[in-house]
Amino acid sequence: MRLFYITSKYLAVTLWSVFVIAPFLWAISTSFKDFQSVTGGATYIPWVDFEPTLDGWQSLFKSPARGGVDIVEPFLNSVFVTAAGSLVSIILGTLAAYALSRYTFKAGPIRNGDITFFFISQRIMPPVVLAIPFFIMLGKLGLLDTLLGLVLVYVVLLMPIAVWIMVDFFNKVPQEIDETALIDGCNPFQAFYKVVLPNSIPGIIVAGMFCMIFGWTDFFFAFILTFTEVQLLPVAIVALNSSITPWWSLSAAALVSVAPLVVVAFIVERYLSKGNLSGALK
Amino acid sequence: MSLIASNLSLKPEEQYHLDDICFEMSQGQIYTIIGRTLSGKTTLLKTIAGLIAPDSGGLVLDGNDFGSIPVWKREVAMVYQQFINYPHLTVYENVAFPLKQRGTQKAEIHNRVMNALSQVGLEGFQSRKIQALSGGQQQRVALARSLVKEAKILLLDEPLVNLDYKLREQLREEFKSIFNTKASADSILIYSSTDPVEAMQLGGQILVMDEGRILQQASSKEVYENPNSTKVSQITNDPAMNLFEGMVGEGKIILSPEIQFDSPKHFKGLPEGTYTFGLRAVAITLGEIGFPFAIELSEISGSETFLHLKHNEINLVGLLDSVQSFSIGEKVTVKFDISHLYAFSTDGSLKSSPYGGLM
Repeated sequence: MRLFYITSKYLAVTLWSVFVIAPFLWAISTSFKDFQSVTGGATYIPWVDFEPTLDGWQSLFKSPARGGVDIVEPFLNSVFVTAAGSLVSIILGTLAAYALSRYTFKAGPIRNGDITFFFISQRIMPPVVLAIPFFIMLGKLGLLDTLLGLVLVYVVLLMPIAVWIMVDFFNKVPQEIDETALIDGCNPFQAFYKVVLPNSIPGIIVAGMFCMIFGWTDFFFAFILTFTEVQLLPVAIVALNSSITPWWSLSAAALVSVAPLVVVAFIVERYLSKGNLSGALK
Repeated sequence: MSLIASNLSLKPEEQYHLDDICFEMSQGQIYTIIGRTLSGKTTLLKTIAGLIAPDSGGLVLDGNDFGSIPVWKREVAMVYQQFINYPHLTVYENVAFPLKQRGTQKAEIHNRVMNALSQVGLEGFQSRKIQALSGGQQQRVALARSLVKEAKILLLDEPLVNLDYKLREQLREEFKSIFNTKASADSILIYSSTDPVEAMQLGGQILVMDEGRILQQASSKEVYENPNSTKVSQITNDPAMNLFEGMVGEGKIILSPEIQFDSPKHFKGLPEGTYTFGLRAVAITLGEIGFPFAIELSEISGSETFLHLKHNEINLVGLLDSVQSFSIGEKVTVKFDISHLYAFSTDGSLKSSPYGGLM
């Protein structure tokens, strides 16, 4: 029975690993192929099934005029928009969440829980419902097809995630810690940044991760709100899909688009596992 | 130095959390607020600390309005029942925190922190992280942080309640010695507890609280000897004082047709009528001569046995100073030490006490 259990467990883990890793291996393999290797039937192993080439990777840095796909600018645009959107969302979201967690707000029948739900309700709506208002508003502000316009939209989209995660996190940080800080001579803002904030870093990292993932992988708003001046990476990658798709370039671009999230996940995972909050209230 | 509270009231919703609280506390004294859970002890401590603003009433320290000073500028320190420390800081940084906030010189911070750590028995622990300490050690850090501030008012909100029995006993002794030094120096020390034994052991003045009100404020000896109401007698005794209805008439006390006995000397002059009588568990034991009761439950506690006894409508808890086993329903003869009998009026106020006679 025990052998069956262990075998089943390892089999399940192996199948899941294959399911998760296979697309990446396929993309890595394809990124080193050329037109012949892609269209000449299924090939898997470099130097055995096909001769690897760096054409796909090199094309990422060449302009379209020179036969490349040039994802450097879209990549940098995506980094800027995601980083700025996430940073502003985390700052504003953390402050809003702290207020919602620690202070009581009353406006008629509306209470703290309703305000928190209002934030998250922005994410419940289908994106298409928001697209037209965003388009009209950015148009009126002259911010269509600009990085600033996209950052503003991403703040609106990402802040609810930050508020939602951080309210829950702050609710778990004992209020007595803030009170102790006040008694120890901190004013409310000092209590927040000297005591509560350092103990909330794991929550901020989780919220930041979610914001970055949502921001980095967004295609819909990046596609609707930009035209020619500004292009983000997901749109640039999709744009490669044409009648003659350069699968090698597309695969290399897809891997480039995934790489930052993988790196961030590795860094953050190590930090999160430290569990900095344990011991706040034994 | 004195802290005066006048008519402090707080009624956030339908129930009072603080109901017309008045007291005067003096420097060099330990004040123990005793009350059941939700009696308003923590609310009162937080109000003194400035964390809660009362709806009405005021606090005056040394003749100055204390209630209008923001919490971070008040001369108070507080230890919570949870072991509240700053988990991102070391033991040293935790204790130094309030001094750094005040802008104290580094050398002085060092001296005072080391002194406070030595007071609470944590020398050598200064570079440890809070998470690496046991519950008792964490509470010592919290106490050291409150001592290092040398605040005028030191508030301790059931600081031992979350510790295991042995550690609680040990820390209670250590705390008492620290508090005596601290209180005698220059502070008003206010300690809250649900445990009557703890309150009595700390000595000093006791404030008995219930439903946001102070029921009695007196020395621990006075509260023990003359609890001014049945509620106080319940709150300040563990197990709670036994209360039972009866009559006083013709020099006798009549609880039931089978339980009648002569009035004790200290009841002399008590008008005839119906009373609620009070007798501590320690004054109820088993004997050859006495009254018939049935055992409802017997609990062995260390070297003692608590007996839950029943006779008609009278339910009592008695105490034997030895370990004995009984079966449920067993008939026993119960002896009352009536020299320790209290009489309360039917509305609950003390009428006669073994220590003070008629009230």
